[in-house]
Amino acid sequence: VTRSSREAHATSRREGTAPAAPDTTTPNAPATGEATANAAAPAPAGSRTTGAGGGPGRRTSSWLLPLVGVALALLVFELVPRVGLVDRRFLPPASEMFAALWESFADGSLWLPIGQTLAGWALGLATAMVIALPLGILIGSVSLLFRATRTIVEFLRPVPSVALIPLAVLVFGAGLQSKWFLASFAATFPILLQTLYGVRDVDPIALETARSFGISTPQRLWRVVVPSALPYIVTGVRISSAVALILSVTAELVLGAPGLGQEINIARQSGAVDLMYGLIIVTGLIGWLLNIALSIVERRLLHWHASQRERNR
Amino acid sequence: MRENNRLTRVLGLGLEIAVPIAVLVLWGLLSANSTSFYFPSLLDIFRAFGHAWLFDRVDSDVLPSLSRLFGGYVIAVVAAVVIGVALGSSRTLLRIVDPVVQFMRAIPAPVLLPVGILVLGVGSGMKVALIAFVCVFPVLLNTIDGVAGVDPALRETARSFQIPFRERLFRVVLPSASPQIFAGARVSLSLAVIMMVVSEMVASTNGIGYFVLQSQRTYAIADMWAGIFLLAILGYVLNVLFLLVERRVLRWHRGARAGAS
Repeated sequence: VTRSSREAHATSRREGTAPAAPDTTTPNAPATGEATANAAAPAPAGSRTTGAGGGPGRRTSSWLLPLVGVALALLVFELVPRVGLVDRRFLPPASEMFAALWESFADGSLWLPIGQTLAGWALGLATAMVIALPLGILIGSVSLLFRATRTIVEFLRPVPSVALIPLAVLVFGAGLQSKWFLASFAATFPILLQTLYGVRDVDPIALETARSFGISTPQRLWRVVVPSALPYIVTGVRISSAVALILSVTAELVLGAPGLGQEINIARQSGAVDLMYGLIIVTGLIGWLLNIALSIVERRLLHWHASQRERNR
Repeated sequence: MRENNRLTRVLGLGLEIAVPIAVLVLWGLLSANSTSFYFPSLLDIFRAFGHAWLFDRVDSDVLPSLSRLFGGYVIAVVAAVVIGVALGSSRTLLRIVDPVVQFMRAIPAPVLLPVGILVLGVGSGMKVALIAFVCVFPVLLNTIDGVAGVDPALRETARSFQIPFRERLFRVVLPSASPQIFAGARVSLSLAVIMMVVSEMVASTNGIGYFVLQSQRTYAIADMWAGIFLLAILGYVLNVLFLLVERRVLRWHRGARAGAS
């Protein structure tokens, strides 16, 4: 069962667009290339590890092997500098990274920058959702509006948002506001595009049926359009979350806005290489945890959707 | 939603062309007498754009930027496909490596910049290496998925006909994984642009990213806007080029065609 469902999962993902049956395809956008990889990446990991149910032996290996992988990676990063393959000034042993990290956790100096980075991420993502969700639903449901905005949206979407860093510092200075602006700008487009393509992909028969039963427009929106676009929207939010984190940290690195990015810079400049690596590990863990948290939200929201039902089987 | 009406279609096409022009004209008119320091008039920006990029700074800034971008990107895609095919063929190996790759993928790429500066200095080599390193992971993850998801019947058939490994790789495995490889490569492309810009902003003496931030720091605001415009156009053009290549390579693929229409 697992094998074939996984194949189906992968195939539907590869097919990309959802031409006919929206309930057999995994949520992903036709037009946003970013969607396919960025958000799909964690999904197979889940099915790979949890889905491999066979005998009890297989179940053990499903968590044992990844553990072995982590242990091996730590061992390599411990031994390579100790043996002298790489200069310790460039790459200290893993134990020293974690020791430095532990120290700054213990004296409490790490919590503030973590909070500052997360504040940029949260404000950016929330603003993007507030802007992009209504706009996406509106543009997606009005065909002429879609055509009218299409060129502009398609042009703005691939604009590297880091290009706006100088503008942000001019207008907002080197603080939280800059982070907020950059993160919201960057995070708006994935949600906007996913929402509007999700809305345009709503089964017209379902919509017509609802209409002929005399269901009011707001009710139709809430009961038909939003649920059927939800898989797309959730994917968009997940991409945007990663993007918002990247922009938040980048603003800290380039502009010196307070947060983890700035701490990493300071650590490098003051020669605390072990701490620098430790902080980078922290940002990676934050990105990873946010991803997992959003996957859980996705599973909760879409427990009725075919892609999720299949995965949980 | 269904555009069966011919009039609607013509109107739609007209809107697609007219609205962006209207927006530009409106911007031009509204900013024509702009006294705002941060938002100069559109004409000034265009003038600065022509002055800087046609073709004064192409040699000194645009070409170094683009060569770093493509250098790093090509290295990353090739490496990721090779490693991905190797990993995707073994389930055990895959499970062992998976958490590490997932973690690397989750790191917000620009934080690796200080590591690059520390280890490799501030030269072009550092930027190429950094772009390459960062771009590996999206392609790698997707290649692994694509290879692991090759239809087993197809795989077994090829094997039972004793098709040599080389042929199997190029005629069965890679083609059927290619849609996913392309999806990853597209993500990597936008990452590559981000890393190019950021690395030039933080540690460089030339390049488009350097130019933009330097213009802001010297309060050459029209120049800064011109740089932002160039980066926007660059992002757009790269995306279009990528789609062209993808459509050509995946012409046989049903999903790609449906997605393009």
